[in-house]
Amino acid sequence: MRIPCPYCGERGNAEYAYLGDAGVSRPQTPLGAALEGATLDAWMNYVYLRDNPAGAHRELWYHASGCRAWLIVTRNVSTHEILNVEAANGAIRDGRVGAL
Amino acid sequence: MVDAASNKPARAAAEFAPVRQTAAAPSAASPYRLATGGIVDRSAPLLFSFDGRNYGGLRGDTLASALLANGVRLVGRSFKYHRPRGILAAGSEEPNALVELREGARREPNTRATVAELYEGLAAVSQNRWPSLWFDCMAVNSLFSPIIGAGFYYKTFMWPASFWEKLYEPMIRRAAGLGRAAGMPDPDTYEKAFAHCDVLVIGSGPAGLMAALAAGRAGARVILCDEDFEFGGRLLAECRDIDGRPCAQWAGSLLAELASLPEVRMLKRTTVFGAYDHGVYAAIERVADHLATPSPHMPRQRVWNIVAKRTVLAAGAIERPLVFGNNDRPGVMLGGAVRAYLNRFAVKPGTRAVVFANNDDAVATLLDLAAAGISVQACVDPRGADAGVVRAAAQRIGTRFVNGAVVRARGGHRLRAVDVSAVAEPWHKLTFPCDLLAMSGGWSPSVHLSSHLGGRPQWSDALAAFVPGPLPRGMSVAGAAAGEFGLAACLAGGAKAGAEAAGDCGFAAKPVAMPGIGPEPIGIAALWRVRAKRGKAFVDFQNDVTVSDIELAEREGFRAVEHLKRYTTLGMATDQGKTANVNGLAIMAELTEKTIPATGATRFRPPYTPVAIGALAGHHRRKDFKPTRLTPGHAWAQEQGAVFMETGLWLRAQYFPQPGDNSWLDACNREVTATRNAVGVCDVSTLGKIDLQGTDAGLFLDRLYANAMSSLPVGRARYGLMLREDGFVLDDGTVSRLAEDHFFVTTTTANAARVMQHMDFCHQVLWPDLDVQFVSVSDQWAQYSLAGPKAREVLQKLVDGQHDISNTAFPYMAAGEVTVGGGVPARLFRISFSGELAYEISVPARFGDAVIRAVVAAGAPLGIRPYGLEALSVMRIEKGHVGGAEINGQTTARDLGLERMVSSKKDFIGRVMAGRPALLAPDRPAFVGFKSVGDGAIGAGAHFLPVGAEPSARNDEGHVTSVAYSPTLGHLVGLGLLKGGSKRLGEKMRAYDPLRGRDTLIEVCSPVFYDPEGARLRA
Ligand SMILES: [Zn+2]
Repeated sequence: MRIPCPYCGERGNAEYAYLGDAGVSRPQTPLGAALEGATLDAWMNYVYLRDNPAGAHRELWYHASGCRAWLIVTRNVSTHEILNVEAANGAIRDGRVGAL
Repeated sequence: MVDAASNKPARAAAEFAPVRQTAAAPSAASPYRLATGGIVDRSAPLLFSFDGRNYGGLRGDTLASALLANGVRLVGRSFKYHRPRGILAAGSEEPNALVELREGARREPNTRATVAELYEGLAAVSQNRWPSLWFDCMAVNSLFSPIIGAGFYYKTFMWPASFWEKLYEPMIRRAAGLGRAAGMPDPDTYEKAFAHCDVLVIGSGPAGLMAALAAGRAGARVILCDEDFEFGGRLLAECRDIDGRPCAQWAGSLLAELASLPEVRMLKRTTVFGAYDHGVYAAIERVADHLATPSPHMPRQRVWNIVAKRTVLAAGAIERPLVFGNNDRPGVMLGGAVRAYLNRFAVKPGTRAVVFANNDDAVATLLDLAAAGISVQACVDPRGADAGVVRAAAQRIGTRFVNGAVVRARGGHRLRAVDVSAVAEPWHKLTFPCDLLAMSGGWSPSVHLSSHLGGRPQWSDALAAFVPGPLPRGMSVAGAAAGEFGLAACLAGGAKAGAEAAGDCGFAAKPVAMPGIGPEPIGIAALWRVRAKRGKAFVDFQNDVTVSDIELAEREGFRAVEHLKRYTTLGMATDQGKTANVNGLAIMAELTEKTIPATGATRFRPPYTPVAIGALAGHHRRKDFKPTRLTPGHAWAQEQGAVFMETGLWLRAQYFPQPGDNSWLDACNREVTATRNAVGVCDVSTLGKIDLQGTDAGLFLDRLYANAMSSLPVGRARYGLMLREDGFVLDDGTVSRLAEDHFFVTTTTANAARVMQHMDFCHQVLWPDLDVQFVSVSDQWAQYSLAGPKAREVLQKLVDGQHDISNTAFPYMAAGEVTVGGGVPARLFRISFSGELAYEISVPARFGDAVIRAVVAAGAPLGIRPYGLEALSVMRIEKGHVGGAEINGQTTARDLGLERMVSSKKDFIGRVMAGRPALLAPDRPAFVGFKSVGDGAIGAGAHFLPVGAEPSARNDEGHVTSVAYSPTLGHLVGLGLLKGGSKRLGEKMRAYDPLRGRDTLIEVCSPVFYDPEGARLRA
């Protein structure tokens, strides 16, 4: 696979490390809150549960052997077609990543 | 006139003498070489040997053509039945003529004689026979063929399981093996190369040449690859005129133009063997396979990783055998191969021929045979009225045309005759004596690379062949590979594909004139098997799969194409069924009365032809498998005679042996004792080091570490524990604050890259608003640990006078910037892993060598000793510090007895999930120390069992993580994870180690064996 890094240009996948679904966001849990119910569900979901859709998927990739940028790569996991690549920086905070 | 074919060994022995004399008599003027023609160099004779006999060949020969030129027909024995086999094809699809090439360490098995380029001194031997090719004892397998048909392995070697390793497998390997590997280290080198282009053209036949020319003339960066050692493909093998010139000559002028184009790169002897996502192709270039040994500094082979914007697949087509009785006899050859031997190699593959084809390709074969002076006994064609052009060609050369089919080949080690059944008189067998049968079952486009990414080939009834289905993005297919079988269509299709590919890359096409070509017939009527066949009719020659095997598979229900393949092993040999798959599939379709598309098609996967693992490894072998990282103090440690060990990519000093040591333990004990009593120095440069700066650096570290870091005063260091988001410990290290907005952190050697990636994730993905920047400085700083009661004394000699490093000014856990040796910048950290008064001193890497030498010189009068990883490890176990064996990805801060470090006043990675009830369960294995109270040895990995309990998983209470002999205490000290942890101090347990056969009594104790009050490190 070839992934176009917005900073470095198109590079082979050997330069990248894969993390997984970019659509999960870290729950906000106040100090001292009990780990149960919706809070526990949210954390289990964030840490463990992942969808495995056929088709387009937003994923986190790290340009480990390049510029060290974390990227959100939109990839059709059935065809490996890369549909979009953007820097992760701020995208999740800004709510620009979620289910497709 | 002709005997029935026989496979009996006795028969083979009888044939031994006469045939060998005529076939292999040494002759300088190879008896089957035509006087003129071909593209072999008659001025360059080459000597080679086959099975120990010397023969002569010519430059431009393959081993196969050179053997045929010398009349050698029998070249191997088949895989399962050990049937005599000859040469079937003239290219990489060859299933039969596999030999062991070269000798000694360079011996390589299963080399196709049809692609082995002849060189002076080439030595090859036949394989899969014992004791000799002509007399093969294992040919008795043929007699047992009823019981070693399809599914034989699955049915016969099922039970008992214990027989498999000891009896069945060695037996099968001996009986049914192919060649032998060298069994010695490969003396050659292999390399990898990367290339980028606009248009990759795969194959240099008529379509590929035109595609490369059209794209090259347009100005595109073109890479043209061909697996052959000459460009031209079928243009070299056919006797056709293009623009009034012989086609090989015409190809020559095209090649000259291509070579003159600056953006065109031509790689011959290069097989594109795999298509991957996004225009990535892998190719193997046989750089020196045509030489006896590679020249100095020349790789034997080179694996190319080619990134192409567009690709034109012009890989041609592979001819199919016809399936009739004994169709594997040496002398039965593909028609296209016969023409290649005649036209390209100027070799007569026989003296009396019969042509058997179901398609109009027979016309060229008939004419070329006649032109070479080979008498054609008959032309057999199952087609009636549709065979008009073939009938006319036969008539033209005075050959009898028979509308019918060959039902059986006769002869043993070589073809002697064929039995023909004519449509008009099926009850009457005609027998034609011959030593060559040129057969053609039609051509299968080489669709392999078009389907590597999953696109299934599609069936064309008109062509009786699979053509490429959905293509990988960026690929187009031209010529015979696309099912364009006529020469004119190949040339036009190639030119069009090349121009379009260049156009897609932004290069305007320049006109490429179409040359003048005469018409040619390409009619075909499918004939998948001769139903009236007599004898074994082979479908897959290399794996000895016959029509009967497919029939058996059908009867037993293995009808789906993937089942058929695995049950019969059809298409699973080293040739991956290039000549066999379509016939096998079509026969199954006939048997099940389904269409071919309904029966399916097996998917092709890389590699297209076999690729040596060594070539894929390239230079990554032995010490070059991974890079080796050396610390700045490495040369110094080497001078001290250090024994090094690999930790990740690093080489680290394990211990420093001295004369008189009996073992590493003597050295280790000496180093520990010296450090505990005086002072020791250890190179800790391999620690991961990260420099963080920014107004939010402290806040960022608060969120990364389980303990607070923003509260760390400037000039102080703190031990830090990092969790994963799931609550388990990720890594530990130290954090030092050099300024309000400047931190320096260390990670363990093993986790350096991982922690860096984690920090990048946290900063970029989770908290992009934080004002913090950080960079790995692991390679920029050399770092040494100076430990022992005299450490300060040594350091005071090195640190420049203006810096006060007294215990008051620079107490335990102080950190700061100093200078050493008269102005060399350094960072000093008063941290201790050993439990002694200790410092870590960090200097820019370029001073690393000088500083370690200065430290040792300064410490010499005080008895300083360098210590290695063994001593480091012993001291950390004595002191009860957790290490990699305890931070194993399954332990929490609480498990490790570090829960007091975990802050409840701030958020951090892993905070919430570390509070899961299961991770707080009181019976989780937790960190303890133990002492041996028995007399047996104990090793890490031993399990804790209650005394008297039966060893079982149910009674397992934890395990030993670290254990060492403490020279300080004079006994064994150990650390482990035990259910209930520190609540069980004083209990006696068994350390049970069935792997090493050990079982020793231990007593649980505090993990801190040495100086539990910490007085020494604060001294
Ligand atoms: Zn990048």
